Amino acid sequence: MNDAPPDVKRRRHPGAGGRKTRPTPKGRQVDTAALTEVRTLLGDRPRRRDLLIEFLHLIQDRYRHLSAAHLAALAHEMRLAMAEVYEVATFYAHFDVVKEGESAPPPLTVRVCDSLTCELLGAQEILRSLPEKVGPEVRVVRAPCMGLCDKAPAVEFGHRHVVHATTESIAEAVETGDTHPDIPPYTSLERYRSNGGYGVLASCRAGDRTVDSIIDAVDEAGLRGLGGAGFPSGRKWRFVRQEPKPRLLTINADEGEPGTFKDRHYLETDPHRFLEGVLIAAWAVEAEDAYIYLRDEYPGCHAVLTREIAKLGQEGITPPVRLHLRRGAGAYICGEESAMIESIEGKRGLPRHRPPYVAQVGLFGRPTLVHNVETVYWLRDIIDKGADWFADQGRAGSKGLRSYSVSGRVREPGVKLAPAGTTARELIEEFCGGMAEGHVFKGYLPGGASGGILPASMADIPLDFGRLEEHGCLVGSHAVVILSDQDDMKDVALNLMRFFEDESCGQCTPCRVGTEKAVKLMAEPQWDESLLEELSQTMTDASICGLGQAAPNPLKSVLKYFREDLT
Amino acid sequence: MSDPIRFTLDGRDVEATPGETIWQVADRLGVEIPHLCYAPEPGYRPDGNCRACMVEIEGERVLAASCIRTPADGMVVNTASDRSKAARRMVMELLVADQPDRPVAHDKDSRLWQWADRIDVETSRLPARGAPAPDPSHPAMRVNLDACIHCNLCVRACREVQVNDVIGMAGRGAHAKIVFDMDDPMGSSTCVACGECVQACPTGALMEATLVDENGIGRPKPAKDVDSVCPYCGVGCQITYQIDDNEIVAVQGRDGPANRNRLCVKGRFGFDYVKHRHRLTVPLIRRDDAPKDADLEVDPGNPFTHFREATWDEALDRAAAGLKEIRDRDGGDALAGFGSAKGSNEEAYLVQKLVRTGFGTNNVDHCTRLCHASSVAALMETIGSGAVTAPFTAAEDAEVVIVIGANPTENHPVAATYFKQVPKRGGKLVVLDPKGNALSRHATHLLRFKPGSDVAMLNAMINVIVEEELYDRQYVAANTDGFDALKDHVKTYTPEAMAPVCGIEADVLRTVARLYARAESAIIFWGMGVSQHTHGTDNARCLITLALITGQVGRPGTGLHPLRGQNNVQGASDAGLIPMVFPDYRSVEAADIRATFEDFWGTTLDPKKGLTVVEIMDAVHAGQIKGMYIMGENPAMSDPDVHHARAGLAMLEHLVVQDIFLTETCFHADVVLPASAWPEKDGTVTNSNRQVQMGRAALDLPGDARQDWWIVTEIAKRIGLDWRYTHPRDVYAEMAEIMPSLDNISWDRLMAESAVTYPCKAPDQPGEDIVFGEGFPTESGRGKLVPAAILPPDELPDDEYPMILTTGRQLEHWHTGAMTRRATLLDRLEPEAVAYLSPHDADRLGVAGGGTVRISTRRGIIELATRTDTGVAPGVIFVPFCYAEAPANMLTNPALDPFGKIPEFKFCAARVEPIDQPAAAE
Repeated sequence: MNDAPPDVKRRRHPGAGGRKTRPTPKGRQVDTAALTEVRTLLGDRPRRRDLLIEFLHLIQDRYRHLSAAHLAALAHEMRLAMAEVYEVATFYAHFDVVKEGESAPPPLTVRVCDSLTCELLGAQEILRSLPEKVGPEVRVVRAPCMGLCDKAPAVEFGHRHVVHATTESIAEAVETGDTHPDIPPYTSLERYRSNGGYGVLASCRAGDRTVDSIIDAVDEAGLRGLGGAGFPSGRKWRFVRQEPKPRLLTINADEGEPGTFKDRHYLETDPHRFLEGVLIAAWAVEAEDAYIYLRDEYPGCHAVLTREIAKLGQEGITPPVRLHLRRGAGAYICGEESAMIESIEGKRGLPRHRPPYVAQVGLFGRPTLVHNVETVYWLRDIIDKGADWFADQGRAGSKGLRSYSVSGRVREPGVKLAPAGTTARELIEEFCGGMAEGHVFKGYLPGGASGGILPASMADIPLDFGRLEEHGCLVGSHAVVILSDQDDMKDVALNLMRFFEDESCGQCTPCRVGTEKAVKLMAEPQWDESLLEELSQTMTDASICGLGQAAPNPLKSVLKYFREDLT
Repeated sequence: MSDPIRFTLDGRDVEATPGETIWQVADRLGVEIPHLCYAPEPGYRPDGNCRACMVEIEGERVLAASCIRTPADGMVVNTASDRSKAARRMVMELLVADQPDRPVAHDKDSRLWQWADRIDVETSRLPARGAPAPDPSHPAMRVNLDACIHCNLCVRACREVQVNDVIGMAGRGAHAKIVFDMDDPMGSSTCVACGECVQACPTGALMEATLVDENGIGRPKPAKDVDSVCPYCGVGCQITYQIDDNEIVAVQGRDGPANRNRLCVKGRFGFDYVKHRHRLTVPLIRRDDAPKDADLEVDPGNPFTHFREATWDEALDRAAAGLKEIRDRDGGDALAGFGSAKGSNEEAYLVQKLVRTGFGTNNVDHCTRLCHASSVAALMETIGSGAVTAPFTAAEDAEVVIVIGANPTENHPVAATYFKQVPKRGGKLVVLDPKGNALSRHATHLLRFKPGSDVAMLNAMINVIVEEELYDRQYVAANTDGFDALKDHVKTYTPEAMAPVCGIEADVLRTVARLYARAESAIIFWGMGVSQHTHGTDNARCLITLALITGQVGRPGTGLHPLRGQNNVQGASDAGLIPMVFPDYRSVEAADIRATFEDFWGTTLDPKKGLTVVEIMDAVHAGQIKGMYIMGENPAMSDPDVHHARAGLAMLEHLVVQDIFLTETCFHADVVLPASAWPEKDGTVTNSNRQVQMGRAALDLPGDARQDWWIVTEIAKRIGLDWRYTHPRDVYAEMAEIMPSLDNISWDRLMAESAVTYPCKAPDQPGEDIVFGEGFPTESGRGKLVPAAILPPDELPDDEYPMILTTGRQLEHWHTGAMTRRATLLDRLEPEAVAYLSPHDADRLGVAGGGTVRISTRRGIIELATRTDTGVAPGVIFVPFCYAEAPANMLTNPALDPFGKIPEFKFCAARVEPIDQPAAAE
């Protein structure tokens, strides 16, 4: 023992003894080196909670994963609890959390889309054969829709996509080591301005147009929320304008509905028409801050927007508005407007309860206008060319233009700008050059994964808001996936339910447990129809948000319209 | 008040108050709706996630969660439609599918199973998921997430109610998972074991370890519940003991005014000390062959090396005879008595009455001297009342909350929950403390000033408020005296001049001063970092001045609140366990008051103030005091320069100690009387908020231990007093007769209501939480502004002793550790003496891995392990004083504050050296 001087004695104590005290306070301690690294990465950025996901991206991009040491250091730096950081990091699919003692993932990850269209066109084969082909240095994981359904199957590695992918073409692309996003040619700011771009915005801001006149025009044009809800845009503006300032604008560019890729198309081809729309909407509701929430699956769009928003700033076009570009991190649910708002606040993307509506209590608790990309994309033209120009283009009693994302068993998939109210049959025949070779039209998804499935015999229903509900379906984001005689509807429904199971946020029981149980029941050779019906009804009736409410739609459709596939 | 909302509930026309949810209205009207993720308990917001409470609202596409949905005018709600019942059943089936089978459930009587029973869901038709593995890593709690329904009540418990921020919901969808920190085992996480999550969990996924067997299967429900109050800190949490077979199996938080169901690790898991093998169960008399010596130690498990067993008669006779002999021979002033802030009000009253009327002296004191005597002195001097002006729950109404010199997350954990909530609702939390603590992360303003520089910092803030005319002119004119003198006094204390003294930039001092002065409502809480200094009274005067010049007192969300240490330090002080005052702080030196008490007690009384705790020890050394009676105090651990105190105890001709364990003080006793632990007795206690609360006996006394009131009474009888109490209620009745503070608060009322705040205007009205809205109980009715000058700490670091030693407490241990070190779980969590160092000093000394150090001061030397903590400033070493093996108070400086007579526990000069540990490699 110690040779302590005689006056220092270990005195008697009433404890049990035999245990050592901890050399540090409770729990994981912050590693000094990791803290320095995090501070270096964050630089002089404000340590605001709402930037948490952006900061996680910084670390993930730099170190290819999120180590426990970095997360603890980030929590310390942001004065957040470790649990608060950890739960956010583990909510989003694009973050790889690596605890002490676990091995980090290989530097390169290939995400193979196995959502419906890609699955129909060979995703499973890629998932089966790719790992062996690319070896252990590359991680192969399944991933949800990347908005490349017209070029299915698609995969992403790093920030780069391979379309019409085969195991071989992916391996070749991986071999190059280039993980940068492909940036397609698009209308530049100069070109956009030379064609009168930002003129409408300028006239609004100059007072040449009144807010009321713009709202009237939007009303008359029949512009509706093109993210899928179809809420009349003019009415939304009025609601938000009734609320006290400061008001905020958020743009939902989290286009995740399987089968949907129209927003990507517009962002990649004509970003300024979109950005002008953003600034017009901000002007209309007098929002000084506008947040664009872009899904992380669109790295090309991110590059374009980053560059063009910077240019707008340099050109002095943005002020008095501040444009904030925020990156999602792999969560379909953040396409739900309140979940998106939570995510912009740097939290997990859990949908909120309504009421209150986001127009009243939205981002940071402020009244918030939420618009889809395409909705604001049309603003310049509606104001410039007049409400009638837009409204008159509808068909079968519908008003306006729609951007149908058509994929699946058609000859020419793609974004089809067509009159609202166009039918599935018209889309196939007039816009897509007919069915793909060797395929016979059997049925279709009128509105992505959530919209249900209709048989070919019901292909003459106008595809517009409010037209499909009586058949148990929704048009949603106008993502039309065409299915053929080679597709088993039971498999289709199971694929879609798996998607919802993967993407459920987990907040409410009917969705979190319901999707998980439904997948198990639907994977059985013989469906327990009555139990599935009961379960579907509860999911629809009792889920918090549209995800869980709509998740059983395809299942219900199969039970109703494709009974021949059930045996 | 807005109009009520009229709507239809199950065909009935009903009304809701604004904000009331459908579930709450239904519940109020006796309509039962299942609920799992919703807890109607205070502090839990509805989250609406489990969907067990769905109801149908006419005209709506989907069902609504009644727990979170508020009705609107004209709404038609149906709680019992087939559709809503079907959804609720399916939700229950979905959840039951994944539960462990009921016969092996962790909690067979969980809320989940109760509701499943009520809606007839016994089993599920749905396939089960794979069960997550159990986590038995925490000694107090069992985590069995196979029963988790992801209702996130535990997350709300941890994050919103207790604000400990340990639990999170990680992952997504079906992979969502409750985690501790970063999915760490609970036992190695930052969990502080408050147990709120366990109390909130509706399924048994989180359980007290004592309520499940080794396989995680729930034990039968304990047989008996007894409502009482926690015996540890001054927060005064109400608890329910769950008793089986005369043993406390578990403790639940109750909805008391101070705690609203919340508890901390001590209050929930710290009760098995009452059954510890060291409990004194027979009276002991010192053996004739047992020497007395300052360094003497006795094995508390085997006292018979120094003591022999005695009958009660013999022990009481011996105890009383010794005291009587000294009194009769040397006069009353040769005796002194210490009561305890750990006992009940009744016991405190009896002890001071015994000393005053039986010993004939005012030499009676207790540990209030060591915690807030300076605060009380300053409060009495300035506003005429030593108690808080507002409860700590007033933080909820405050725009700005200042916490200075306090570490409430460790020492007042439940009070701290209210402080941590302040920034969550947008308020400002200003933390002023040299030591970083768990509050720091939540602080909107954190000022880590130099130890001992309180007055400089506070005067600078007063200077800003005065110079910038931010003071409340009207309030100052109407309610204070001495403003002009104060104004002159603080002139030179500019922020710029004080910044180098206190180590806080002038700008920051200005910001905080303005924030406090301009706030609609602001409140100040302080702890022993303020009071335990030779300038402790000055520190408190500055805080009082801040409140008085800004009028931040007497309104909701304002006030002055010294966070009282012991569970009954307020009550013991009120009851007169103070040498200068009779019960209710009435001066022993005032002839008219003395006459009242002489009349009431039927005897003549000592007309001069008695000696305080440290003074009494000095008087022992001086040969002036020869006999002592100590009930439930442990000065051999709690006094400063404790070697001196122990030597004093050993010098006494006659020492009687009444306690539940053979404490370090008992080592020197002539007679040891085995007394009652808190869960074994009835009695009232008064918490920091002035809430008088009822404690109830839950356990039988062990062996031949006796009730404390009975023991005091027996001694009184034997020294010639005619006492006839038969129960604490008799004592309480006597107190209420002579103590105006207890007006309208009868024993029966306390039995019925469990807690009543004093002062209280009528027997059928609640007491006054916030006092002094209209003047102060001083002669002028006005508050006095007392300027304070900078005094350095008594002993500054020098070459020989270059570091600053500061002492205090730890979350798991209470005071001198007599109880908590014998509580199995608390001892396991903090098993041995430890000193806290900054990473800088730990590296410098080469003890960063927890190596051992020797700490020396001019008074003593101890050796103990170290803990590296970023909260400690370089140059400072912090030692909790609860560890008998290395008593911090061997080191502390007994220099006293001249007004409060409180020792400077928070500052002395020390030398710290590493010690080679031969086999420390691990």
